[in-house]
Amino acid sequence: MADFNIRTDAVDVEQIMRQIRARIQAKRGVDYTEEQIQELANVKLERFLDPKGVRSDLVEQFKRARDRKLEPFEPQQYAVDANDLYGSSKAPVRLLRALFRPILKMLMNANRLVQVLHQQSELNKVYEKQFHVLREKNQQRDEVDTLYYELVHNLVLELTRVGIENRNLKMRLESLSSRMDFDERRARALETVVQYRPGTGPSREAPPPRPRQEDRPYVQPPPGGGASPALAAPQAQPAAGEAGSGEQAGESSTARRRRRRRRGRRGGRGRAAGEISAADGAAPEIASPADSATPPHGDPTGDAAMDEGFNNDEDDPGDDEGPDPSAQ
Amino acid sequence: MKLAVVVQRYGADINGGAELHARYVAEHLAQHAQVEVLTTCARDYVTWRDEYPAGIEQVNGVPVRRFRVDHERDIHAFARWSGRVFGERHSYLDELKWLDAEGPKSSSLLMHLRSARADYDYIIFFSYRYYHAYHGVKAVSARAILVPTAERDEAIGLGISPRIFRGVRALMYNSPEERRLIESVSQTSDLPGVVVGIGSDIPEKPKPDRFRQKYGITGRFALYVGRIDQNKGCNELFSFFLNGLQALPRGLRLVLIGKELLPIPEHPRIHHLGFLDDQDKFDALAAADLLLMPSYYESLSMVALEAWALGKPVLANGKCEVLRGQCIRSKAGLYYETQAEFIETLRAIAESRRLNAAFAANGRDFFQRNYSWPVIEQKYLDVLASLKEEDGRGRLNSNGQRHAIMEPEPGWLGRRRKALRPASEVLGELPSGPVLN
Repeated sequence: MADFNIRTDAVDVEQIMRQIRARIQAKRGVDYTEEQIQELANVKLERFLDPKGVRSDLVEQFKRARDRKLEPFEPQQYAVDANDLYGSSKAPVRLLRALFRPILKMLMNANRLVQVLHQQSELNKVYEKQFHVLREKNQQRDEVDTLYYELVHNLVLELTRVGIENRNLKMRLESLSSRMDFDERRARALETVVQYRPGTGPSREAPPPRPRQEDRPYVQPPPGGGASPALAAPQAQPAAGEAGSGEQAGESSTARRRRRRRRGRRGGRGRAAGEISAADGAAPEIASPADSATPPHGDPTGDAAMDEGFNNDEDDPGDDEGPDPSAQ
Repeated sequence: MKLAVVVQRYGADINGGAELHARYVAEHLAQHAQVEVLTTCARDYVTWRDEYPAGIEQVNGVPVRRFRVDHERDIHAFARWSGRVFGERHSYLDELKWLDAEGPKSSSLLMHLRSARADYDYIIFFSYRYYHAYHGVKAVSARAILVPTAERDEAIGLGISPRIFRGVRALMYNSPEERRLIESVSQTSDLPGVVVGIGSDIPEKPKPDRFRQKYGITGRFALYVGRIDQNKGCNELFSFFLNGLQALPRGLRLVLIGKELLPIPEHPRIHHLGFLDDQDKFDALAAADLLLMPSYYESLSMVALEAWALGKPVLANGKCEVLRGQCIRSKAGLYYETQAEFIETLRAIAESRRLNAAFAANGRDFFQRNYSWPVIEQKYLDVLASLKEEDGRGRLNSNGQRHAIMEPEPGWLGRRRKALRPASEVLGELPSGPVLN
């Protein structure tokens, strides 16, 4: 914990509290209250991501919403004529009106009134048609809006699910990848242990038939005529398998000398390269870059190199991270 | 000078805040004046059941006169009346009934006050919210001094409360926050009074090792001393402690001292030691890394003062304005309001040596300056002397009378008129937060 800037004689508790709150805010990002955090923690994600709520017939719903016909809306229309003004269902009233009609006509123009009412009736018909169209459209839109909302909701839902699944898969991939790396390193480490353990494994058994000198990769002779560590081993001290072989034990020193001479002649072919490397002061190298790589398992060339004490895996940093062979 | 101390319950084995406060004050004033304690026979603050014998006895050299309680508390009736006066529009009579239901009602105590008031120069009442305070102050208003021990709870918003505050000769506040609260609710800043608080007899050389050996407590620990009760914020304390275990300083334990009124979580890092005597308490304080004060409502925390006296920092609940104010003024403690703040402040105190050293020095200094007994006693004696002088001069109050007189109660109709607002509503309008000046 970072210490506070304090002078013993002037402690400012409020200042310390501000520092503490700032630290909490920096940790959290947002200064939620305890209640808010609890509320957020209690929300179940599954409730939002429940696929059961998604309808599969949404397209049909869209189609139906577009084709849906509304129930007819036909307000009562009226037609006005002079009889409507002067007529009545009651006979005495009708008689009186008929009697006084001339006087009424003299006082006002009732025809004009009838005409206006008739025009109004026509206008109502037009408005009714327009209203019907708008109503239909509006209702369709309402239905489609609901469907759009559902669609968007489903999309968000699916997107969230896909996002979560994507993250899960990524994590799984990372996990698998790291496990694979671990297994590889473990396998390599185990192989190394098996091959190096004295008195066990393949080295105790009869060695596989050594490839002929011609089949081996070309190796640059060491500078100054010394043998490279890889090649010096079989020359200076023969492999255990070789030492035990009666055939080879019985080999005459003449034959060995002859072989050495042959090697010397072959080595002469690559002398130029060896000289260059010696002149540069570089360590003796395997001539072909392809050969310098760790050979695949079962490669006789590689096996031979192992037999002779050359192990490219020693340079492999991955081995450091491998499991402890003793623990296996 | 003869003084009477009136308190709801009294005894050497009673450790409630106001009661202990009253005992300490009585015992220390007894060195300067003739003091008699007037109290009930009750020991339990929930039932007010008579447990002590009535009559006079000596407690630590102070005469204590006990009176019988008229009736035990009916918890259901009290809850019903509390619901009405705190949450609904109500009448003055409702509040008197609430007071009666709360208790401890002792008619014999009031009778004694009325009959023997002339025997005492001044009568010091403790805790404004109980029956004895309202009716006692009404009976002997001219000689009454009140130690209100008021907290920010609904009782302060009742209509009877300002009458008590305005009806006494002097008020002895525990903290500046309490003074502001009482002045706000009384709608006057002319109340005669002084912020006093309470002292404590701190042992010179507490023995932390003795405590550790006796109770088998090893390592670092935070200490809580008091009733282990929901009202004291212990639920929240347990929750914060257990939820933050991983982030808390390594090995820090929680040690609890006090009567258990709440189930304590069973955890290897929580230790409950029960009720301890003063020596063990001070030894525990000396051994602790810090004191925890999770209470929401305090008028003054004595144990916090004791911790400061022993150079221990205090971590208080920031929702309690008094504790928060004390921490800020003393410069010897921190406060928390949330889980995260609890963890961070606890870590700050437990892990920062410089902060700890500063808090220790400031706490000791704060206690010595404000709460050592000579300081407290002198404040009481000054108030008593000024009242005596005032009485000697025959000074009149604003009503043209010689002494403070409690405002008369409303008439028959007035008492029954539902004219009083819910106490919680009144409380909500009162100023809050620590007083820093």
